[in-house]
Amino acid sequence: MEDVVVAEDLSKTYLVAEKDPGFLGTLRHFVRRRYKRIEAVKGVSFRLRPGEIVGFLGPNGAGKTTTLKMLAGLLYPSRGRVRVLGYAPFERRPGFLKRITLVMGNKAQLLWDLPVLDTLRINAAVYDIPEPEYRRRVERFAAMLEIEAILTQPVRKLSLGERMKAELMAALLHHPRVLFLDEPTLGLDVNAQAAVRDFVRRYAREEGATVLLTSHYMADIEALAERVILIHRGRLLFDGGLRALVARFAPYKEVRLDLEAPLEPAALAPYGEVVGVEGQSARLLVEKPRLTAAVARMLAALPVRDLAVEEPPLEEVIGRVFREGRLG
Amino acid sequence: MRYLRLFGVFLLTALSARMEYRANFLAALVIVLLESLGMLFGLFLFYQNGYDLGGWRWQEALAVMGVARFLEGVFASWLNPNLQKISERVQQGTLDYVLLKPVDSQFWVSVEGFAVWGLPSFLVAGLLLAYAAGTVGMNPLYLVLALALATLLFYALAFVLATTTIWFVKLYNVVNFLGAVLWNAQYPVSAFDRPFRLFLTYVLPVSFMTTVPAEVALGRKGPGFLVLLALLAGAFLLFSRVFWRFALRGYGSASS
Repeated sequence: MEDVVVAEDLSKTYLVAEKDPGFLGTLRHFVRRRYKRIEAVKGVSFRLRPGEIVGFLGPNGAGKTTTLKMLAGLLYPSRGRVRVLGYAPFERRPGFLKRITLVMGNKAQLLWDLPVLDTLRINAAVYDIPEPEYRRRVERFAAMLEIEAILTQPVRKLSLGERMKAELMAALLHHPRVLFLDEPTLGLDVNAQAAVRDFVRRYAREEGATVLLTSHYMADIEALAERVILIHRGRLLFDGGLRALVARFAPYKEVRLDLEAPLEPAALAPYGEVVGVEGQSARLLVEKPRLTAAVARMLAALPVRDLAVEEPPLEEVIGRVFREGRLG
Repeated sequence: MRYLRLFGVFLLTALSARMEYRANFLAALVIVLLESLGMLFGLFLFYQNGYDLGGWRWQEALAVMGVARFLEGVFASWLNPNLQKISERVQQGTLDYVLLKPVDSQFWVSVEGFAVWGLPSFLVAGLLLAYAAGTVGMNPLYLVLALALATLLFYALAFVLATTTIWFVKLYNVVNFLGAVLWNAQYPVSAFDRPFRLFLTYVLPVSFMTTVPAEVALGRKGPGFLVLLALLAGAFLLFSRVFWRFALRGYGSASS
């Protein structure tokens, strides 16, 4: 099957006006503007196959949102080639727009003062969805998200979690084949996050949809994506399986210690990298080749009550990659 | 056909949104009626004192005011709420969602909103025009055509101005300006001094929005002026589309 998303050497440069602080700065800015070129995305290439769910990771300002907007057709790339479902996104042809969706966790498309159903009805008219089909879809999504009861309440009265679920409903009503999700779980509590995640996974599976999602919550990525793309300062750092990512950037195991008595971090430092000490428990990262020896020495020298060896949390792995800025 | 359905859905949705605030709704009705009465009284005072507005009879001047009130209705019902929303969308970045819909974006941002506040203006316009038609006679077909074309012309002018909010973001001045334009348009253009008249006719086609439509409907000017009006409205409309497309290229979409 054809790749659904193709990005080749994708780049975006913004011109941003610069202004010095203060009144003089404002005057100078008024008379003669200085512009700074900001390269938000630099030569990023990747491809997505049909039905894939891919996590798109990077710290704030890495260029994730800019890339998603170029894929969705909101921004024109400064350089490079981009195709989604065979279309050039920026042309925003109806055939393209009818088959994609973009959800932004920090921007609402729901009408604030009106019940969710009003927005849904507008979208049904926009996408030419016949009445019986519209009812069927609303029923199905509402059941999947468990929000049947709130569809008739004004959006402004809904909780953040309910609102996000309703946003997803509005964004998927036309059954898009490609989903660009930008922080869909932003600010949600754990339960709502899990519900949104389950919904996205189920939708993607049942419709065979391709999903590219960004999130700050590693739990989202771990639950949904088998493949991740990492970008940092506009450049692609890594593109591959989650497991490969951990193997490559985290040749560590995490050792959790439960101690008889509290210890200073300095006392633990010889055995590995201390990640956290809290009272009588401590967490260390130990390189895999040294693991057996380190554990043996700890058991011999420290007042250990209990010891466990685990995979390090994904947050730490990713954080480490970004701090070191290593190229994949 | 889909656009007609969408227009209907927008109308109903906006209506129910406004109905959410019932008190505001009633207050606005009263205000618009009082304002209309005030304007009428102002015009009445001119004629009461034997002042004649550039050779227009009282009933004819009322026809001009009727057209102006009609446009005021268009302004209050559609233009104002929608144009306000354009700048809001630009600020908040929610214009993104409009651009992602498989619908003409200019159509969407022009007609999504609707405010009932404009309806009393239509009522007043209807009364004024009916009175003028009943007393000095008007061609109803010409009147309808002229009103439609005047509406398009006014819309195109307002939309071009509102489009600049993509760069300047603040719409305050644009709305004030359009309000002033409408205020001037309620009197026959020949009531103004010559330099001012030239300005109103050619620089801002204000006289084409109210005076000319009224003149054609009253038979003071031939139907040829309808063609002229159509050409002017068409040109402005076309320009508004080109300008909107151009502006969208500059729309960076408010970042995350």
